[in-house]
Amino acid sequence: MSNVKRHEYDVLIIGAGGAGLRSAIEASDAGAKVGVVCKSLLGKAHTVMAEGGAAAAIGNIDEKDNWKIHFADTMRGGQYLNNPQMAEIHAKEAPDRILELEAWGALFDRTKDGKILQRHFGGHRYRRLAHVGDRTGLEMIRTLQDHGIHQGIDFHMECTVLELLKDGDRIAGAFGYDREKGRFLVFEASAVVLATGGIGRAFKVTSNSWEYTGDGQTLAYDSGAELIDMEFVQFHPTGMVWPPSVKGILVTEGVRGEGGVLRNSEGRRFMFDDIPEAYKSSTADSEEEAWQYTIGNTEARRPPELLTRDHVARCIVREIKEGRGSPHGGVFLDIAWIKEKLPNAAEHIKRKLPSMYHQFKELAEIDITSEVMEVGPTTHYIMGGVRVNAETQMTNVPGLFAAGEVAAGLHGANRLGGNSLSDLLVFGRRSGEFAAKFAKENGKAAIDDRQIQSATRAALAPFERSGGSSGTSAYQVQQELQDSMQSLVGIVRTESELKEGLEVIGRLKERAKVVGVEGNREYNPGWHTALDLHNLMTISEAIARCAIMRQESRGAHFRLDFPDKSEEFSKVIMVIIKDADGQMQVNSEAIVPLTEEHKQIIEDNK
Amino acid sequence: MASVTFKVWRGDIDGGEFKNYKTDISEGMVVLDALFQIQADAANDLAIRWNCKAGKCGSCSAEVNGYPRLMCMTRMSSLPQDKPIKIEPMKSFPVIKDLVCDVSWNYEAKRRIKKFKPRKPDAADGTWRMQQEDVDRVQEFRKCIECFLCQDVCHVLREHHLHEHFIGPSLLVYTAALEMHPLDVEDRTEDLRKHQGIGYCNITKCCTNVCPEHITITDNAIIPLKERLVDKFYDPLKKILNLFSGKS
Ligand SMILES: Cc1cc2nc3c(=O)[nH]c(=O)nc-3n(C[C@H](O)[C@H](O)[C@H](O)COP(=O)(O)OP(=O)(O)OC[C@H]3O[C@@H](n4cnc5c(N)ncnc54)[C@H](O)[C@@H]3O)c2cc1C
Ligand code: SF4
Ligand code: SF4
Ligand code: FES
Repeated sequence: MSNVKRHEYDVLIIGAGGAGLRSAIEASDAGAKVGVVCKSLLGKAHTVMAEGGAAAAIGNIDEKDNWKIHFADTMRGGQYLNNPQMAEIHAKEAPDRILELEAWGALFDRTKDGKILQRHFGGHRYRRLAHVGDRTGLEMIRTLQDHGIHQGIDFHMECTVLELLKDGDRIAGAFGYDREKGRFLVFEASAVVLATGGIGRAFKVTSNSWEYTGDGQTLAYDSGAELIDMEFVQFHPTGMVWPPSVKGILVTEGVRGEGGVLRNSEGRRFMFDDIPEAYKSSTADSEEEAWQYTIGNTEARRPPELLTRDHVARCIVREIKEGRGSPHGGVFLDIAWIKEKLPNAAEHIKRKLPSMYHQFKELAEIDITSEVMEVGPTTHYIMGGVRVNAETQMTNVPGLFAAGEVAAGLHGANRLGGNSLSDLLVFGRRSGEFAAKFAKENGKAAIDDRQIQSATRAALAPFERSGGSSGTSAYQVQQELQDSMQSLVGIVRTESELKEGLEVIGRLKERAKVVGVEGNREYNPGWHTALDLHNLMTISEAIARCAIMRQESRGAHFRLDFPDKSEEFSKVIMVIIKDADGQMQVNSEAIVPLTEEHKQIIEDNK
Repeated sequence: MASVTFKVWRGDIDGGEFKNYKTDISEGMVVLDALFQIQADAANDLAIRWNCKAGKCGSCSAEVNGYPRLMCMTRMSSLPQDKPIKIEPMKSFPVIKDLVCDVSWNYEAKRRIKKFKPRKPDAADGTWRMQQEDVDRVQEFRKCIECFLCQDVCHVLREHHLHEHFIGPSLLVYTAALEMHPLDVEDRTEDLRKHQGIGYCNITKCCTNVCPEHITITDNAIIPLKERLVDKFYDPLKKILNLFSGKS
């Protein structure tokens, strides 16, 4: 076809966040010709927004820390639905991946003896998060970017992949468009790595940007790959709630790591009131003990504010529902109080949490060194995603790999803070290594021009529609989907609401088919939004369907009609696949069993 | 709720014009929110670049009432609302469409700067030791979110279009971060002078004034780099002169 531009690569990487960049670096180191496509400019992917840190058992502060404890923490946080093999690889390799960044120019905050400083985060037994103030993601993505641009990798910025191309069973490349002119592109590739991130835009209140429309999950699903754990969406307990236009923007867990406490309208530190059995022995039972932990007293136990995110989020929802919330529908988060304990508290806060300080100062006119913040849950991360082989990151489609947030398995029912950034590095690297190997061993596949033609037609269809009788715009459909997902498939779920949610998705899918766009193909966000709808609908349906199937409450998935954990569901994960008729099938499958060694490690670290 | 008029530049590389849009402003809104409303209601195809909406990614740079700003961090309450608010793309780069510019030059120029080269590891396990005081200075530069607002305001690029000869304040900050990195052993001074045009900067400090990350670009990055150049290229000369005059 003459009107499409073609590029040829051994390995094509879709996504330039931490996972995509790390993958690209590894694949090009292995000698592969590598192309990277991303929807935004280089260095702007979601990873740039990560704040708190990257978890790795380096043991710079707490010498007792090691991979086994990190592994046990990750499994416990994930309520044992995690793929234990992935959790093991992650815990073992994370330290090297962090140290390697230093060799590429990263500058983490330092300990007194000049090593990488590590901070507390929820669910981690020891101080484990390597960080740079509260802009760790920026440091990470910039380090990878600045290293990557010297590797001979081709970067296609502001290009969006719409379809994966296949040759029989195996992957053959990808089809997409550039935002600037709306030109179509074909990438012929022997192996493709999905590193596209998450799905937050399916919900109304989210910390995620426009990029998070579930593209990678949908691309994989449409080309025959399996998705797992899609019911597990992490609602971060602390997003901004006021002013309305910033609702959902993240307030890093680092605030609580540095001593921030949660209070309700009665001034009560309500997190002390509900500490889950599994965490009783490791959680402080007085405010003083909690503070001692914050300042590094290794005898003290953790503050209850640092319990896992799913639990903290639900406690906050409870306080709000029971009428003890803050004026704008959140609860209070207070870091300013530490001035009672520290002489230079204001300076300390500004130094440790500079972007939080600015974020509140500039967007809410609140000075967090002297005033309390208002916070509430926000859609943040999806534990579920594309099912991959633990070692190679390959999906069930030969030649198709996935890494980072788009992939699933490591986090189980709930992700611990800091485990994503390390996930990107560990599995990003592995995906690059094995994609390059696959490309070398299998060579080029054939591209079917008919697939390109039909993809082109589908992409242009919105221009030929007027938006139907109601003149529906893509923005309206997107907004209605977000509203429904928020209210029907959100933090607290019931079967009847989930079913209603599915019906709404069904109706919106029909409306999406008639959405029309105005203007031309050049940098036209109306058109882009219209094309994203298919992805948003697909992952929304996947989330709702899995959530219906899991009749229990576990980790991030909370069912009001099944408020407890069930033995039956502790042994299974939900697996989604597109059947021969194009319908979405959900099956439950047995979890990957723990080895004897895993069992022992978990037992030892109970 | 007040209704405010926006004068938004619409067009592409071949030209364009300001168009007026009215939208309702509620408490706490930023400029980007107002533009989203306009985009959803009246101008579906209005091109805007953004990602984080929290001042962290540096995507949403534009000129608001003539001043280079991140639109996501510019609160409506900070602008006079009785007259139309003017929004236009940055001027130092070619426009693609509406508020979106082609900033690819920045990426190409960056690639030509010599990469990070660390000294040998300090410890047997391949790691280094650095004190917080030593990294503080460079951490300031590494806050750069590559918004290119400083590039937009610098007259060398904006008015004199010397993109071929001068890398601009943003990339001088990047170079300073490398040059002052406690582990780096590469030498970039020659390039700075010959290819990256540091001499074009006449310390007007306009860049420092617009940096949303409050990086003291001129004083902390550019001037120390200029001083390094002086030390390196002019000192030997001084030494020779001193020899002739009998001093050493
Ligand atoms: C505010 C915030 C704070 C966070 N803080 C932390 C933290 O402190 N610690 C931690 O561990 N985790 C944190 N997280 C989570 C973590 O940042 C993300 O999970 C992680 O960065 C995802 O990285 P990624 O490489 O998988 O994807 P991303 O960095 O999101 O990159 C995705 C890439 O894919 C591209 N892409 C997507 N779709 C397409 C398509 N169709 N075609 C072409 N390209 C496409 C995008 O353009 C982008 O380049 C935080 C998240 C947020 C939102
Ligand atoms: S100080 Fe130098 S770099 Fe900054 S704006 Fe002025 S001339 Fe440009
Ligand atoms: S130095 Fe400041 S103004 Fe310039 S690109 Fe970086 S963050 Fe933006
Ligand atoms: S959208 Fe990221 S800085 Fe404005």
